[in-house]
This record gives sequence, structure tokens and C-alpha cells, in this order.
Amino acid sequence: MRRLLRDRRGAFGAGVLALVIVCAIAAPLVTNGDPNTQGNIVATRFLAPLSTDGTGAFHPLGTDRFGRDVWTRLVYGARVSLGVGLLAVLISITLGVAVGALAGYGRGPLPLVLLGLTDFALALPRIVLLLLLAALWQPSTALVIVVLGLTGWMGVARLVHGEVRALAARPFVEGAVALGARRLRVLARHILPNALTPVIVAAALGIGNAITLEASLSFLGLGVQPPTPSWGNMIASGRDVLVNAPWVATVPGVALALVVVACTLLGDAVRDAMEPSAPLS
Amino acid sequence: MLTRLAARALAGFGVVAGVVTLTFFLLRLAPGDPVEHLLGPAARPEQLAAQRHALGLDRSVPVQYTAWVSRFVRGDWGISIAKGRPVRTVLSDAWPTTVRLVGLSLLLSYLLGIAIGAVQAHRQGSRLDTALSVITVTLFAVPGFWLGLMLVVVLTYWARALPAFGSAGLDADYLTGWARFMDSARHLALPLATLTLIGVGGSARFVRGAMMDLAAQPFVTTAHAKGLTPWQVTWRHTLRNALTPVVTLLGLSLPALFSGAVLVEAVFAWPGVGRVLVEGVQARDYPVVMAATAVSAFLVVLGNLLADVLAAWLDPRVRSTQ
Repeated sequence: MRRLLRDRRGAFGAGVLALVIVCAIAAPLVTNGDPNTQGNIVATRFLAPLSTDGTGAFHPLGTDRFGRDVWTRLVYGARVSLGVGLLAVLISITLGVAVGALAGYGRGPLPLVLLGLTDFALALPRIVLLLLLAALWQPSTALVIVVLGLTGWMGVARLVHGEVRALAARPFVEGAVALGARRLRVLARHILPNALTPVIVAAALGIGNAITLEASLSFLGLGVQPPTPSWGNMIASGRDVLVNAPWVATVPGVALALVVVACTLLGDAVRDAMEPSAPLS
Repeated sequence: MLTRLAARALAGFGVVAGVVTLTFFLLRLAPGDPVEHLLGPAARPEQLAAQRHALGLDRSVPVQYTAWVSRFVRGDWGISIAKGRPVRTVLSDAWPTTVRLVGLSLLLSYLLGIAIGAVQAHRQGSRLDTALSVITVTLFAVPGFWLGLMLVVVLTYWARALPAFGSAGLDADYLTGWARFMDSARHLALPLATLTLIGVGGSARFVRGAMMDLAAQPFVTTAHAKGLTPWQVTWRHTLRNALTPVVTLLGLSLPALFSGAVLVEAVFAWPGVGRVLVEGVQARDYPVVMAATAVSAFLVVLGNLLADVLAAWLDPRVRSTQ
């Protein structure tokens, strides 16, 4: 842990993520009101950043076309975007670990079937699958989480499969087997805990990826539906007003990029910290 | 090697068949059908039924599936329900436009990525390395559609330098020779820059990592001991050996690149397959979605196969294993 924070990338990533999470949780405290409040639309819409409207309310990041405060929507959008990312990655990690572990330590035709399934799902153009699944039901936040979770497990499955295969041949696993432990117990108690480092790294990267994909789906109108703010639909709503109010689309994009950079750097740092042999870079 | 290739090709065929089947049944599961989109909300139930019958949509789904497959493999891809044009024409208009965009950006982002990654690995730990790392990780993180919008703001609205929409100007049909080429190049510039920039982040990071993993290998030490200059070691020994995983990654990144292209096409109103696909799904235009999916799955599988062959050509060890 200390090694992780001494790494500048780890410290930066953890810092940014902590800041965003604290803001998202404390949203009512750091913003001035409800993200969907529309006051006097004509008087307050498209106010530039750092301006004060007629009622004396201060808008650090300006307002959008309905006179809603962009900073407030950004912070409440962080709740949605981070929540979607975390839950989607939770689903895909669970699925990926289960499939990877069974493929790596299962017997009979099961591994072959699971590996084939993984390769197949990996070859699907993910966006086509996302478009189809999102078209199946009315777009909603829950649907986005499920869809992203169901289309993101393959990488983890491959990773875990490789780790489990390698660990299964190690002496301490053979020892556990020799002591008469059942296979499932060996897998759960001895192999999996030792295979978790790459999973943590993949999860950190996966959260960034899921947040980006959520934004992409919302941008196409298939994700989180307005007026609920998500970073993706905020960018989409700013698209039509790029000329006269560029901040509406710029601000959520910057936040998005910052969070994904933080996830990536943290993932890199965790990987290096867990492998003491690898050179610090 | 040949048997391995045949096995891979067979598996690839299985993937394409699976993708097509999955798409077919998912599409039929989705609420709404093309007839509702075609006839509009004022249509009477008997009109809807008649149109469904005319399109063969009132038959059972497995029957429709078999009928579609047998016609598709014989080259009869049907007629777009929403557009009324043959699916072949719709796709043969769209594919070259997408391939031009995706192919060029693939080439550019890997050439640039390899160059940047090699320089970084060569000057590891230097300020240049850190600066380039900051840039590549940022590009890697930025969502493509947002980067596209920002480029539009800066280069189209502020600098008024490049067009933001479409693949050709309104007057393109009246242009000839050089002027026509410049027109299409100017329209290509922004979407190409967007896709290339987001690609460079990933490939540069990967090349740098692959080369640094090799830095501790005995053959690199040997090369240094032989008295080669550091640049010769990087260029002739480390980089060449780092290229094998890069080529495999190139094949694996095709689906992602295609996905990215769908979004970038949406941003720039680029008349490619991505747009055909998005519009097709929205209008439940079954024949168009099916054909577009089948062709894109085929291209992705083909790309992976080519990457495999290329990797074997670059690295003799791959040829002998398995």
C-alpha cells in the first residue's frame, strides 16, 4: 500500500478518484440545489462559467439550455456515471472470474466449451451487441449496467483462466489436493485468492472503460435518459450548442477523461506494486 | 502451420455464424418491427398484417431464419425495408467509406504508436518519456466522440479550417481531379484525426510496455555487449521482438476500432457502415442489420486471421509452436 502511494501515478489516481467519489457522495453539500431545477429559463440559460444570475446564484461552470447549473449536474452525474461503472464492472468481474476459474480448473469438456464461448464473445463487435441489447428494452440506467456487465467479462475470464492454470501446477496446490481437499475448495481457498492481483488491475481499467461506454451509449440516446444527468447525456445535450455554449459539452468530457486517466494510472501502479520484481517506471 | 491456419479459419467461420444467428434472434426479440416504422402510427391493423405478410414477417422465426440464411449465402441479401434500396447497394456505398476511415486510422495510429513507444522505451525515465506518457494516457482515456466534438469546436467553429460533417462537400459531384481529392481529404481530416488520436494512446502504451519487458532479456544484454550503440539495440533487437505481440494486438483491436468508428461516424455524420447499422437497428430494418453484422463479423475474423499470419511471419517461434 505504501509502495502504491509512493508511486506518483498511484497517488494521483487514488487522489482524483477519492475527490470525485467524495464530491459524488456529498453532492447536496458541494452544490447549490437540485440538478434538474429549472428557474427562469430565458434569463438563466447559457450563462458562461463564473457568472452570477439574476437571483444571485453563482454558476462556477455556467448553465445549460434549461438554465440548469452545470457544476450541480456534473456532480450528480458523477453519482450516475461512477455508479454505473462500478456496478457494471462488479457484474463483469463476477462473471469473468467464474468462467475463468471453471475453464482453468474444471474437468471434462467444460473448459473447452467455456473457452470457446469466451473467444466467441470476444470476437463480437461490442458496439453491435450494445446497440441490439439497448434496443431490446426501453433504455434505462439499469439496462446500461446489465448490458455493460454482460459484454465486459471476457477479458477477465481469459486472465483468470491463465492464472488458474499456472497456479494449479504449483506445489502448494498439489499439497492441498494431496491433503484430500475437494476441488471446489482448492479452487476457492487456495487458487483464486492468489489470482486476484491481475483481477484488481483489470477492474480498475474496466471501471474507466465502463464509464466511457456508458457515456457513449448515453451519447447515442440509448443509455441513461434525461433529465437524469450522466456525463454521457450531458455531452450529448451540449453537442447542439457547441458554438454558443461550448462549456456544456466540454466540462463533462474533461471530468470523464480525468476519471479514466485516474483509473488507468491506479491500475498501472497497483500492477507494479504487486510485482516487486518489475522495475518502477 | 497450414493445419493451424485451417483450424483458425474454421473457428472463424463458427464465430461469424454464431454472431449472425445471435443477431437474428436478438433482433426478433426486440419490441416493434419494421412494418410499424414503415407504415406509421396511422396504419390500420389489417394494413400492418398485409405488409407483414408481403415481407414474410408473419412466418415463424426459425422459418424466417432458414430462409434468410439460404438466400444470404446465395448472394441474395434482400431489400432494405426502410429505404427500399437493395441491401447490397446500401452496403457497397457504405463499406468503402468506413474502410477508408478505419484502415487509414489503423495504419496511422500503429505507425505513430510504435514510433512513440520505441522512443519512450529508448529514453526510459527521461522527461521526454514522462511527458509522452502523460499525453498517451490522456489520449487513451478520452472518449472518441467527445474528442471529435472538441476538434469540431476548435478547427471548424473557431479556426474555420475544416468541414465537420459528411464525407464530401455539397458540390463534390461538380469537382474534378485535384479539387475533388482535396475536398474528400478535407472531409476525412477530422474523423481520421479523432480515430487516430484515440488509437495512438493505446498502441504507444502497449509498445512501450512490450519493449520494457524485453529490456532485461539476455539477447538485449548480448547486443549491448557486442558494442552496438543503444539506438541500434533498440531499433534492431528490442523493437523487432516487441512487434509480435503488437501485431496480435492489432488484430484483436479490430472490433474495438470498429466500435469506435460507429461513434465517430455518428459525430461526423460520416456515411459509413456504423451509421447504416445504427439507423437499421432503430428502424428494425432486419435485412440491413443482418447483412451489415455478417460482413463486419467476417471482416473482424479475417483481420484476426491476417494478424496471426503476420505474427508467424515476423516471429519464427510462433510458426513452430502448436
